[in-house]
Amino acid sequence: MATESIIWLLPLPPLLAFFVIILFTNKGKALSHSIAVGAAALSWLGSMVVFVRTLAVENFGKEVFQSSINWLPTGDKWLKIGVLIDPLSAITIFFVAWTVLMIFIYSIGYHNYGQPNGDHDRKGLPPHGATLIDEHGHQQTVPSIEPMYARFFAFIGLFAFGMYTLVVSDNLLTMFVGWEIMGLCSYLLIGFWFGKPSARNAAVKAFMTTRIGDVFMLLGISFIYSATGSLSFRDILNEHTLSVLASTTTPILGLSAAGLMGLLLFIGTVGKSAQWPLHVWLPDAMEGPTPVSAMIHAATMVSAGVYAVIRMFPLITAGFDGHNLTTTMSVIAFIGAFTALFAATIAVAQNDIKRVLAYSTISQLGFMIAALGVGAYVAAVFHLVTHAFFKALLFLGSGSVIHGMEHGVLHTGDHSVDPQDMFNMGGLRKKMPITFWTFLIGGFALSGFPILTAGFWSKDEILADAFGNGHMVVFITLAVAAFLTAFYTMRQITLTFLGEPRTKPAEHAQETHWTMTLPLVILAVFAIGFGWVGIPEKFPVLGGLIPNWFHEFVGGTLAERPEVLVFNMVPLMTSLVVALGGLLVGWLVYRNVKSAVEDKLQINVLKNKYYFDEIYDFLFVKPSYWFAETFAYKFIDQTIIDGFINRIGGVAQSLGTGFRKYFDAPVVNGFGDMVGESAKKIGKKLSPIIQRGRIQYYMVASLTVAIIVAILYYFILT
Amino acid sequence: MSIPLSWYLVLSAALFSIGLFGVLARKNAVAILLGIELMLNAVNINLVAFWRYGSTASLAGQVFAIIVFAVAAAEVAVGLALIISVYRRRTTVIADELDLLKW
Repeated sequence: MATESIIWLLPLPPLLAFFVIILFTNKGKALSHSIAVGAAALSWLGSMVVFVRTLAVENFGKEVFQSSINWLPTGDKWLKIGVLIDPLSAITIFFVAWTVLMIFIYSIGYHNYGQPNGDHDRKGLPPHGATLIDEHGHQQTVPSIEPMYARFFAFIGLFAFGMYTLVVSDNLLTMFVGWEIMGLCSYLLIGFWFGKPSARNAAVKAFMTTRIGDVFMLLGISFIYSATGSLSFRDILNEHTLSVLASTTTPILGLSAAGLMGLLLFIGTVGKSAQWPLHVWLPDAMEGPTPVSAMIHAATMVSAGVYAVIRMFPLITAGFDGHNLTTTMSVIAFIGAFTALFAATIAVAQNDIKRVLAYSTISQLGFMIAALGVGAYVAAVFHLVTHAFFKALLFLGSGSVIHGMEHGVLHTGDHSVDPQDMFNMGGLRKKMPITFWTFLIGGFALSGFPILTAGFWSKDEILADAFGNGHMVVFITLAVAAFLTAFYTMRQITLTFLGEPRTKPAEHAQETHWTMTLPLVILAVFAIGFGWVGIPEKFPVLGGLIPNWFHEFVGGTLAERPEVLVFNMVPLMTSLVVALGGLLVGWLVYRNVKSAVEDKLQINVLKNKYYFDEIYDFLFVKPSYWFAETFAYKFIDQTIIDGFINRIGGVAQSLGTGFRKYFDAPVVNGFGDMVGESAKKIGKKLSPIIQRGRIQYYMVASLTVAIIVAILYYFILT
Repeated sequence: MSIPLSWYLVLSAALFSIGLFGVLARKNAVAILLGIELMLNAVNINLVAFWRYGSTASLAGQVFAIIVFAVAAAEVAVGLALIISVYRRRTTVIADELDLLKW
């Protein structure tokens, strides 16, 4: 099949799976997950075929796979819909396909497929466990299957459709459509257990917060369309258009048109990729099932935010001379670097295993954004890919840990133990060896453990770019953030896996099903191996052993191939020191910590996330409620609008009553009644005279009338 | 062909008027029925006369007269049956006494 046709078909299987599951197979659990996983596997296969074919193309980046058709007529022009695979989307589709397929498989185990139905499970609440009595009469509690099993697979199918659509689209419009479909699925899946108020609130929060960004993004898209008359990437991102846009000025902040467009699109990314100040939704989004956290809130949807900025990189950097950052780039670099550090400090004080990872995700996305802000295109893409792999791995690992802990909780019957609190864990390396080793790999990749892991190469490249281009503030901020990253990662690993079990459930934790551990192992392979495709050529000893394929491949997307940086020891040493130092300090500090009380970093301001939720609550949520309740509802709606309408209604009613009383009843009814009554009276009087029941009188009368009519007819009408 | 058409028409009109008078003035229901028969036959005279003095090639006049005979026969059968039925219930055939047809 032609490569373009395959690309067109890539998003379809998950969409079909969604409809088939929702409409037909939602009663069958095995059938539903087979359809969903099968669809994901089909898309994965197609993606791999496309990816391998792109490798065979000489000078890929100039020669891309592209196809488009007319879609919506707009006056005398057409909005086109189309697909585009260039090196950037090829590499994105690669990691999307892998992580999506792995997470689909993982979901089977995560939702306890094959386990009995729960004793008192209800739809909209997580499964509580089922009681089994074996042949010896022993009673034991085991995990029970998710009550809305099929629905979950339908939703993630729809999500996968959104992600594939976003990646393969060749224009901003369909990209935005995919973007919004993912937003919807994120909402549905965070609120998957809608019986929990916290999940409901988190879903609404996520939807509302990202909506702020989306509105600005839509503004940016409209601006681009009105300025260039096209939404296709290839039309916008050519040198001529860009130079025109870069030299057009706008009245806002002295930005060029390109800068303003870039900034508006970037605000969309701030919402979607949970960058400060719109980061607040992502940690709460951890209320959703863990596969959702892994797929939507670590590997794909939040990456899509960064992907959008990378995609529009030439527009954002239009007017960039290579040294002095444009205003837009400075904003992007600032927000990225600030978020990276800010989220890392919060992650240090979190005790929920998933929340640590959530803040870590925010922080790592900040790294990518900062890299884009300083113009480090390839480094950002590289970190995007490696991060997707190792963060999906970490989330799935944490889900596996939680699952093991839940098993322990059910086994011991001690429901007071929170299976997500790291201080309730400890010593899990013996109970869950596969989870431990893969989590360790993921954690080391996240910390940037030197040489071995993928995270090292990508993070090192970002630091090297920031340093090499002379952006020292960004460099130092990111270095500190990287240190904190290694520190909280080691804290997490130490608290979770090392030492001795701190609670009874932790002693009875159990390794999870193969459907959960297999994806861990596969993702762990990528978390290590993917870094090796991007080793800088000038790197001591290792450089050049494996060609820096990634830089060549992805760099080809841009019109001007980014030049390879001069190698410098400073950023390398920095990343070595911060990674190893952070890991070591994390281990030293936490190896003997027994409970949360002994943790010296449980500082209130960090634990409470710098009170951002409270501040936003005070600044936006409360005033909105006040506005809605007191102003809009009670004053505008009830007093003014309702008052006005009630007044009109009152006037109309009194008018009506008046009419009824003085016109309708006496005049209209009186006349009608009078006619009727008179007819009745006349009839009564006449009937004994003319209606006597004698047939011959009737006939005489008929004859008389007939004669009169005949005479009249004869004399008058003729 | 010495007798003109108008004579037949006069005869027919006279017969019709006699029938009409009988229908309107006689008290006995059987006599009323007889009056109706006279009126029908007055019509027949008209039909046949017009046929004879019009175009004899067309059979319409004769056919109509035969249809009127048939209808008259059927009507007499029904009418006499009704009169007998009325007589059985009310022991009278005087039209003035059968004054049920009022409100």
